[in-house]
Amino acid sequence: MECVFGLVGNGFAIVAADTSAVHSILVHKSNEDKIMILDSHKLIAASGESGDRVQFTEYIQKNVALYQFRNGIPLTTAAAANFTRGELATALRKNPYFVNILLAGYDKETGPSLYYIDYIATLHKVDKGAFGYGSYFSLAMMDRHYHSGMTVEEAIDLVDKCIMEIRSRLVVAPPNFVIKIVDKDGAREYAWRESVKDAEVASA
Amino acid sequence: MARYDRAITVFSPDGHLFQVEYALEAVRKGNAAVGVRGADIVVLGVEKKSTAKLQDSRTVRKIVSLDDHIALACAGLKADARVLINRARIECQSHRLTVEDPVTVEYITRYIAGLQQKYTQSGGVRPFGLSTLIVGFDPYTGVPSLYQTDPSGTFSAWKANATGRNSNSMREFLEKNYKETSGQETVKLAIRALLEVVESGGKNIEVAMMTKEHGLRQLEEAEIDAIVAEIEAEKAAAEAAKKAPPKEP
Repeated sequence: MECVFGLVGNGFAIVAADTSAVHSILVHKSNEDKIMILDSHKLIAASGESGDRVQFTEYIQKNVALYQFRNGIPLTTAAAANFTRGELATALRKNPYFVNILLAGYDKETGPSLYYIDYIATLHKVDKGAFGYGSYFSLAMMDRHYHSGMTVEEAIDLVDKCIMEIRSRLVVAPPNFVIKIVDKDGAREYAWRESVKDAEVASA
Repeated sequence: MARYDRAITVFSPDGHLFQVEYALEAVRKGNAAVGVRGADIVVLGVEKKSTAKLQDSRTVRKIVSLDDHIALACAGLKADARVLINRARIECQSHRLTVEDPVTVEYITRYIAGLQQKYTQSGGVRPFGLSTLIVGFDPYTGVPSLYQTDPSGTFSAWKANATGRNSNSMREFLEKNYKETSGQETVKLAIRALLEVVESGGKNIEVAMMTKEHGLRQLEEAEIDAIVAEIEAEKAAAEAAKKAPPKEP
């Protein structure tokens, strides 16, 4: 029931992910951040097996940092995406990671980009992408309303439309979402969309 | 095959490890390097031997960063340095991955020193021919540190130290002139120590400073020249002052 989706706009890329950590019928927490800031100008939105998700994305993050120290310059988004895919591919026929990833990044030379990387090491450079049951609704919504070169406002509006569609049409829809953006000024959290806030504990 | 298992570093009858001592000789022939710890800053300076005209000097970086908050300079065999620096960088990221914490300066120094020691007690290998000066800030307390390691694998913390060519003269200078400094004063002290043994000029020294907020920053040649000019002016003024007093009754 995990929903991750993203799109590329004019000089930026945006990704949104649900924030529920679920184990069978129990919701552990509803503010789990599944979008990792890979480096100053890259975001990894991941969904799938929670242990694999954290293990794999942290592993990629540290290797990307190591590359930067060794070589004095950061990896391009394309290089990071290919490296990620390679790691998934190598593990695939031994001990596969069940993690689906949307990698969003901004490079000075080539601008914003979004990469679709699924758990069996498929790699596609896309303008919009989505994973999970939510993808049935968000992809359809984006197909209808997306156009290249959207502004941040238009993109956020589209993201909100997708979230509304997921909330109303998916049977066990996740209540809360986090939205992160990456542009020339770097990768950062943009907003949360919460419909269920953890109740404050009453003081004695 | 069996021949290469034999240890190269063995004890001499009077308790010396000659290979380690020869490695220290290699360090003594390497370029001069100095490190100074200030209240809120750490400074590394390295002698730059005159670059060949056709060489691209940007590719010869003598002060390197191991992590966002740790930097290293060394004296000795530069090729050996590459190996140690690579291992240290991997360890910095590996530490972050396993314990979700950046390394402390002491941890990474202990790691590098441990590596250097391993190569004095293994078959078929020789010791690393370099001493390192490692600087950085504690990731949580923000306290600055300076450490030194040598080919034998010993390490210790210092307020200021020098290694490589003429390190004794630089250390003597530092012992005489060290005082608690911060900011630009620390940079000046490091450069003054280097100028004791190096031809003056921004072309011959590479200087980098690290602060908690801004991380490692290499000083531009123009900046170094400006500080060197300040130092020369101060020296000249001190000389003049020495000569003047006798005239005043």
